[in-house]
Amino acid sequence: MKIRDKSGKSWLTLRLRVAGTKSGLQRIQPMSVKVQHLVKTYDTQRAVDDVSFEAHAGEVLGFLGPNGAGKTTTMKIITGYLPQTAGTVQVCGFDVASQSIESRACVGYLPEHNPLYRDMYVLEYLQFAAGLHGVKNAAKRADEMVDRTGLQSHRHKQIGELSKGYRQRVGLAQAMLHDPQVLILDEPTSGLDPNQIVEIRQLIRDLGKEKTVILSTHILGEVEAVCDRAVIINKGKLVADSPIEELKQQFSGQNLVTVEFAQNVQEKLLLGIQHIHSVKKLGERRWQLASDVRFDVRSDVFAFAVANQLTLLELHKEVFSVEDVFQQLTR
Amino acid sequence: MPITALLKILLVVAAFSALLLVPRFFRSGVSAIYRKEINAFFASFIGYVVIGVFLVIMGLVMWVFPDYSVLDSNYASLDTLFSMAPMIFMFLIPAVTMRTFAEEKQSGTIELLVTRPVSDWQIVAGKYLACLALVVFALLPTVLYYITVYILGQPQGNLDSGGILGSYIGLLFLAGSFSAIGVFASSLTNNQIVAFVLATFLSFVVYLSFDFLSALPIFYGKTDDIVQSFGIQYHYNSISRGVIDTRDVVFFMSVIVLFLAATVLSLGRRRW
Repeated sequence: MKIRDKSGKSWLTLRLRVAGTKSGLQRIQPMSVKVQHLVKTYDTQRAVDDVSFEAHAGEVLGFLGPNGAGKTTTMKIITGYLPQTAGTVQVCGFDVASQSIESRACVGYLPEHNPLYRDMYVLEYLQFAAGLHGVKNAAKRADEMVDRTGLQSHRHKQIGELSKGYRQRVGLAQAMLHDPQVLILDEPTSGLDPNQIVEIRQLIRDLGKEKTVILSTHILGEVEAVCDRAVIINKGKLVADSPIEELKQQFSGQNLVTVEFAQNVQEKLLLGIQHIHSVKKLGERRWQLASDVRFDVRSDVFAFAVANQLTLLELHKEVFSVEDVFQQLTR
Repeated sequence: MPITALLKILLVVAAFSALLLVPRFFRSGVSAIYRKEINAFFASFIGYVVIGVFLVIMGLVMWVFPDYSVLDSNYASLDTLFSMAPMIFMFLIPAVTMRTFAEEKQSGTIELLVTRPVSDWQIVAGKYLACLALVVFALLPTVLYYITVYILGQPQGNLDSGGILGSYIGLLFLAGSFSAIGVFASSLTNNQIVAFVLATFLSFVVYLSFDFLSALPIFYGKTDDIVQSFGIQYHYNSISRGVIDTRDVVFFMSVIVLFLAATVLSLGRRRW
């Protein structure tokens, strides 16, 4: 305990304390957001029907579904805006129904359509939001958020004067202001131009490195670009919950390889290649070879070409898009 | 009078326990909302307009219009102020309170507000106190009228200061009640005009309608006193005499708490 750093605090206890909080956090909050058997009924309609999923710290969870599938409703329940009909939702270990204030304190929320006070000034609004969270040093924190979201030259403007992209940044700054463990972003890039989308996505990816980010969208490219894992719901029911890569493979069922030779090849010869179980002719000398999902047959095809003295013009593995999966699941 | 004595003790205990809770309650949420609302009043000119209109009307009635003017009445009193102010408040306070919740609902910002770690009571308290503060700002300059009448008195200072202090307290309670009614009306709708009309109507009902009702044949001469005592005017007049009666204080506090509680309920409607 004799070792002290410049601030005069014992270096050893400092280390212990930091280590203690970290492991403590991990022990108490293995899952930052835990949704179990969530049901929400409006009158007679079941908007959310027995949905369960978890989101962990350090990942961006894509929340996918067609319009009206129950994405926004689920997010409103997680943030404590709406009560659920049945089931439980825990945020950072706090139940959203019985420990509402505590759970709300660790969530940053960007609602759909990003509602803002149009006649407030950017900095004024951020300081107000910081005040609601009881953030110490509200003014300093608001300045930090302005810098982080690239609003420097707009800090003294009225929110109503800002363009849509900048308003979205204000919404994000507001959501990140109190350094929340969980971020709920409902369609964060809707209505932005392509450059702005790229910037916002980068910001979300950065956030996802340490926080839990749940992002809803119906733009499938966004899920592939930003998310680690996707939860797909359709008509209130959960239809998929897995990492993006797995999702794509799982639903393709087989590996497809497209190949083009400079010479004519007989179908029979192609079927002779190891693992290939079907062949489809795409063009004059273009073929699509299907194999079991476990095998990558590209090296075998190359060896085949060499052995038969064929010239390869093209050889690539078909990549399944999330679009395909999405359409299959939500039809 | 054991009942009034008991009530007084209860009131003191309630006031003290409320004071104990105050720091915790106001620490972050309420003061942030209060400051934001006050800023909004003066950023959108509502604040200046309300204070300006109130003072212009009061000034004209007190000093210019011969029918009511202090200078023409030849009496050193502020009765004109205290009889006119409730009427003006009945229209001005709803104009102040109409945007509190209606605007947030209209723009969707209510969703962000209620998902912050502040309770619904804190939100309502912050907004209510901001509206009340604006009314108090409007009322403060009328202290000049008191000073003027005090100096004009013959002999100087010949006016009922105790009665005037009581009237000011009554007016504050009345403004507090109207503000609570206005905030409640605003929480019912997302349309500010509906909120305004509703608040004016409710204020009228609570302030005057019981007096009118008491004149109906079924009450008149029998229970008209009891009917009147449900209205604000009865208690406002009572406090204006310069006697702070526990019954009047309890009445005003009940009206305020009742409408604020109704506001909290109405805010929680999404949870029903």
